[in-house]
Amino acid sequence: MFDSYTETSLVYHPDRCINCRRCTQVCPHAVFAEGKEHVELARPAACMECGACAKNCPVQAIEVQSGVGCAWAMIGAALRGKDMDTECSCGGDTGSCCGQSEEPSCGCGEK
Amino acid sequence: MDTKEHTGSPCSCTTGPQVQSCGCSAATPSATEIRTATSTITLANRFDHFLARWGWKRETAHKVTHGLYRLGNPTADSPVFASANYSLSFDALRSALAGIDAWILVLDTKGINVWCAAGKGTFGTEELVRSIQVTGLESVVSHRKIIVPQLGAPGISWPEVLRKSKFLVEFGPVRACDLPEYLKTHTATPAMRRVEFPVTDRFVLAPVEFVHSALPMVIVAVALWFLVGPVAALAAVSAVLAGTVLFPVLLPCIPTQDFSTKGLILGGVVAIPFAVAFGTNPSLPVWANALAALTPLLIIPAVVSYAALNFTGCTTFTSRTGVKKEIFRYVTAMVVMAVAGSLAGIALGVSRLIGVI
Repeated sequence: MFDSYTETSLVYHPDRCINCRRCTQVCPHAVFAEGKEHVELARPAACMECGACAKNCPVQAIEVQSGVGCAWAMIGAALRGKDMDTECSCGGDTGSCCGQSEEPSCGCGEK
Repeated sequence: MDTKEHTGSPCSCTTGPQVQSCGCSAATPSATEIRTATSTITLANRFDHFLARWGWKRETAHKVTHGLYRLGNPTADSPVFASANYSLSFDALRSALAGIDAWILVLDTKGINVWCAAGKGTFGTEELVRSIQVTGLESVVSHRKIIVPQLGAPGISWPEVLRKSKFLVEFGPVRACDLPEYLKTHTATPAMRRVEFPVTDRFVLAPVEFVHSALPMVIVAVALWFLVGPVAALAAVSAVLAGTVLFPVLLPCIPTQDFSTKGLILGGVVAIPFAVAFGTNPSLPVWANALAALTPLLIIPAVVSYAALNFTGCTTFTSRTGVKKEIFRYVTAMVVMAVAGSLAGIALGVSRLIGVI
């Protein structure tokens, strides 16, 4: 109860894993742990969907709908009639919640 | 914008063998120019960091000229590090590498830090490959390895970089300050791989959060001062300070996991003294006192909760799936509370105007 962060879009296919362990190097929350034959999905609920693991998996053993968990930008996108899932991300020229004068920042530029 | 002008001269126009011109003041840097950086963080750098933390000209004033930098006296065998063209990112890297001879490849991330730019892709595979090519990095170093900050991984695909540039990406630790230890073995400990969100990191985010809410807060506070009185104005200030400063600091200490409910709890606590102050007027009837107490009890938690929800974008752990779920779960309730509280306050004001109370 009062925990919206128990679910994630992360999907792991251990049968495809070649145990290169790149995912364990790039995940900032230790979602993956080293295993004998393949890496283990150790802490799936800790996944923040940054997409680093999927981006760096050479055999597409990991899938995740990556994005930025920024309510400010998502609400702003919804109010402008835009897609909440695709409109917000950080660091771009348009549609960004970071560093754009026309839209107050959510502060993610300071991380 | 020019690094020299805005970050207290961490670079100079000292040039390398590929140099065509000194271009430190040029808006578009020469692609093959090699600038010189030092590890010293000057007073001007610290002032720049201070301004960045307060959100001063975030779009333009904290950019570092992108391109290749030499730090110390690097040779062809020296390590290469990638960074963003945001002064806080660049300065964290160069100061952490004090005493180490290295090359720093600053990507054009539009003045955005590594992690946020990686999320968008501006700190990404294409920009890294482009930077490697336009700076002629392969003719500067003899090896084919580049150390990229771990938090750049959402934007950097090592297989793609290898395929397109022949450079092997090595993901360094999360924090630049761990680099000296990391470089001893080129292996990061589990602790180096984990991102944390300690109170100091949360606190430094408070100013920029507060600044964004400051103007509406002042307007509302002034309006309430004249319409209701100084205590009501103080309530408005308290709500914004609670949502933008107190909430980040107390984040892990407030019960529940959802930011919205944490905000409701904190806002409720902040509202109690105002409810007592407004709702205990002996000259008012019971119903009026009840409405007066209900007004801050409804509005302040709604405001703090909304500010808390917006803080998700600053954190190091909230997922889009979770934030989206929070929005659909709680925003309607926040709006209902704010509207109901406002109506209660308006009803009191009208009652006073027409002489009912």
